[in-house]
Amino acid sequence: MVLDLVPLWTILLGLAVFYYVVFDGFDLGVGMLYGFVRGETARATAMNSVAPVWDGNETWLVFGGLGLLTAFPLAFAIIIPAVYFPILIMLLALIFRGVAFEFRFKHAALRRFWDGAFCGGSLVATFAQGVVLGTFIQGFKVEGRQFAGSSFDWLAPFPLAIGVALMFGYGLLGACWLILKTEGELQDWARRAAGICLIAVLAAIAGVSIWTPLAHPNIAQRWFSWPNIAFLSPVPIITALIAIGEWEALRRRHELTPFLGAIALFLMSFAGIAISLWPMIVPYHYTLWQAASSASTQAFLLIGTLFLLPVILMYTAWSYWVFRGKARGIAGYH
Amino acid sequence: MTLDPVLLSRLQWAWVIAWHILLPAFTIGLASYIAVLEGLYFFTGWNIWIRISGFWTRIFAVSFGMGVVSGIIMPFQFGTNWSRFTDATADVISPLLAYEGLMAFFLEASFLGVLLFGRRLVPTWAHFFAALMVAFGTLLSAFWILATNSWMQTPQGYKIVDGRFEPVDWAAIIFSPSFPYRLLHNVTAFYITTAFVVMGVGAWLLRRGRAAEDARMMIRMALDLLILLMPLQIFLGDQHGLNTLEYQPAKLAAIEGRYDTAQPAPLTLFGIPDDAAATMRDAIEVPRLGSLILTHSWDGAIKGLKEWPADQRPPVGPPFFAFRVMVGIGVIMLVVVVIGQILQLRGRLWDAAWYLRLCQWVAPLGFVAVIAGWITTEVGRQPWTVYGLLRTADSVSPSLTGADVAWSLAFYVAVYLIMFPTGIAFMAGLVRRGPQLPELEAEMVEIESGRPHQPFESAARAAPPS
Ligand code: HDD
Ligand code: HEM
Ligand code: HEM
Repeated sequence: MVLDLVPLWTILLGLAVFYYVVFDGFDLGVGMLYGFVRGETARATAMNSVAPVWDGNETWLVFGGLGLLTAFPLAFAIIIPAVYFPILIMLLALIFRGVAFEFRFKHAALRRFWDGAFCGGSLVATFAQGVVLGTFIQGFKVEGRQFAGSSFDWLAPFPLAIGVALMFGYGLLGACWLILKTEGELQDWARRAAGICLIAVLAAIAGVSIWTPLAHPNIAQRWFSWPNIAFLSPVPIITALIAIGEWEALRRRHELTPFLGAIALFLMSFAGIAISLWPMIVPYHYTLWQAASSASTQAFLLIGTLFLLPVILMYTAWSYWVFRGKARGIAGYH
Repeated sequence: MTLDPVLLSRLQWAWVIAWHILLPAFTIGLASYIAVLEGLYFFTGWNIWIRISGFWTRIFAVSFGMGVVSGIIMPFQFGTNWSRFTDATADVISPLLAYEGLMAFFLEASFLGVLLFGRRLVPTWAHFFAALMVAFGTLLSAFWILATNSWMQTPQGYKIVDGRFEPVDWAAIIFSPSFPYRLLHNVTAFYITTAFVVMGVGAWLLRRGRAAEDARMMIRMALDLLILLMPLQIFLGDQHGLNTLEYQPAKLAAIEGRYDTAQPAPLTLFGIPDDAAATMRDAIEVPRLGSLILTHSWDGAIKGLKEWPADQRPPVGPPFFAFRVMVGIGVIMLVVVVIGQILQLRGRLWDAAWYLRLCQWVAPLGFVAVIAGWITTEVGRQPWTVYGLLRTADSVSPSLTGADVAWSLAFYVAVYLIMFPTGIAFMAGLVRRGPQLPELEAEMVEIESGRPHQPFESAARAAPPS
């Protein structure tokens, strides 16, 4: 075939995953924090701040999954069985949390149960996603075109640690979203929560940056060999600057900047992982090109994607616009 | 006995998809119904439409939420349990699934927010537009997912390279021979299923003397739609069957309970299939009717399963019985609708308490027919996932042990048994609350105060319908 679409699909898929992480990240984060918010009105406000948009956000998970399936089916066929149980747990947790939006408001007697389901579901789903990411970085056992390890390979210190780290990461996004969308006491509370999560996130970023090169010599090679080290040194420096800026923004009670700062931190971590693993899509067995689907398959979906993605972003923006401004607790659900 | 990962994965797939299909079956119909109601409100401004629409929108929200969460499970099943199937077929079917996500899910999800929460925030036309988009999105979902499934049933437009399917002709892949029939028969089935629920709920409200005007309108709308759709559906089913005879003759033989080739072929009304001995026990047959229905001729031949080697035959029991359940329900539905129309023509519909009770009883039948139809289709396709080309046994993920799948299946069963009954109970609660006026008036006031440039319009809307 003439045109190599793999780079384009890599970028598109990367953007989709990043979009998912940021957007479902903040509503999962709000879900986790929800368990710690006190007071009925404050809780309702927190939930209402994500109720109209969470469904759209979660759709990016489906798109990310289907995008991976279409563009790099071999990766999908190897990775997903390898994280059989984390995926199972994530899906079940997302079920509980998704229906809680509906059920909570409609049934006063069971409210406590659904409150628990909302918070617990968000927590478990986030943890499971972190475990998937951790397993991905850890690498897979592969024979031929199939995963050859056991369904419990993810049960190792590194993936579990990433699971915990992601909980704080989404917690940070969620807290910053609340700062943006609420006011008064709840906003002050969210600010404190954001501060705690920020510290934990920075610790996690530092930890992963030390752990992965130690565990994987090729990653160490990638970062610390000359001249890479010269090109790549801005990555940690920029991350540090963003972290300082984020801290200042929280201290100075900015409303929008903390959310943007949190996104920037995620972007840097994302870049870090991409640099470490490039060009692997099934670490450390198959590259993006080896795992790619046929050129015809990639082209067929690309045509539609290039048309539809801008449209999707437009009406997504419209629906955020409709629900702009501060969320309120009592002004009812539909 | 050792746990077989293939069998358990099949059970797991059947469990999660059977629950999932129930929700689209309802939400596809309901989304279109709501769009119609919103349209009627937009053009006439009568309050009754917004009342009925609001009532069903609240129920829609719950069922849609459950549809989404049970749907997100589905594509991951391909990876977790069917990774060899995925590796082999992804180049061909994955774009179809991805197009479903791109076109349908985003559309639904984005406009759903406006439909559910936005009545006070956007003008009426935008709300109507959102309802239209949600309905359109659900139909696009059905289009792409059924294209995928139809390709698995009647594959074409591919070539096989190193044991993997590669695309050759996309139009041929999307519009595979069984697709038009499957799409029409399914969408019609979903509208029918929803219309029966609407009718049953209307009857329930009416018998309790609640919201009588709204309830009558619901019943009348449902009956008028059904008198068109029921005959259409039976016709489409017949056509679908003819298509199956042409492209999946082994499945058709299983549906007919036919082990021995016959010419002319009788129609087996009932019997006990015995796959091991390859015979039908206690069969009740009508001579020549099978030939007449399936070949539209007096002495056409119908192939029996014995024409295929034993390891390429589907089991007969499930498709045979499930098909009879579906067709039986189709006939019952047709009778119910015809009776309803006769009563209405004679002006006796609202006094016929027995008929309203009957409507309540038959309300869930559509769901049963949908599941029965799919069991016919899917079990009749066995032992293949891609008909005639890829075996189900060669589709499963190799890394899975029986115990792995037993655990995951147990989790899915447990969670679904909590979630779906709760959801159904919530919807029942919403039905009991009935269509409500007070909330609506509050809404009117807010529209007025929030959008002062429209007082005339909202005042006009607040006027009672003529
Ligand atoms: C309200 C639901 C409903 C009703 C009343 C009927 N069907 Fe149906 N039928 C379905 C809902 C359905 C379905 C769930 O939508 C299926 C499952 C798979 C498919 O494509 O459509 C289906 C499949 C299906 C198939 C299987 C085709 C295949 O997979 O190869 C046949 C032959 C028929 N139908 C025929 C009929 C006939 C002759 C009916 C006349 C009474 C009928 N159906 C009523
Ligand atoms: C929505 C209604 C559907 C229902 C109720 C349904 C039900 C079933 C059932 C009962 C089986 C098991 C048959 C057996 O093992 O003997 C099966 C198999 C299968 N179906 Fe479906 N199906 C549906 C739609 C689909 C669609 C849309 C797809 C593809 C996109 C699909 C893909 C498969 C696959 C891959 C199998 C093979 C695995 C297995 O044998 O269990 N199904 N389905
Ligand atoms: C005949 C079979 C099917 C039909 C008609 C159908 C249709 C729908 C519809 C209309 C929705 C929107 C939610 C709702 O209305 O309840 C939905 C959700 C979903 N379905 Fe299905 N579906 C079918 C089978 C499948 C299968 C086999 C898969 C897996 C590949 C799947 C994947 C999904 C996903 C991922 C969602 C969630 C979408 C979201 O995030 O908004 N569906 N489906």
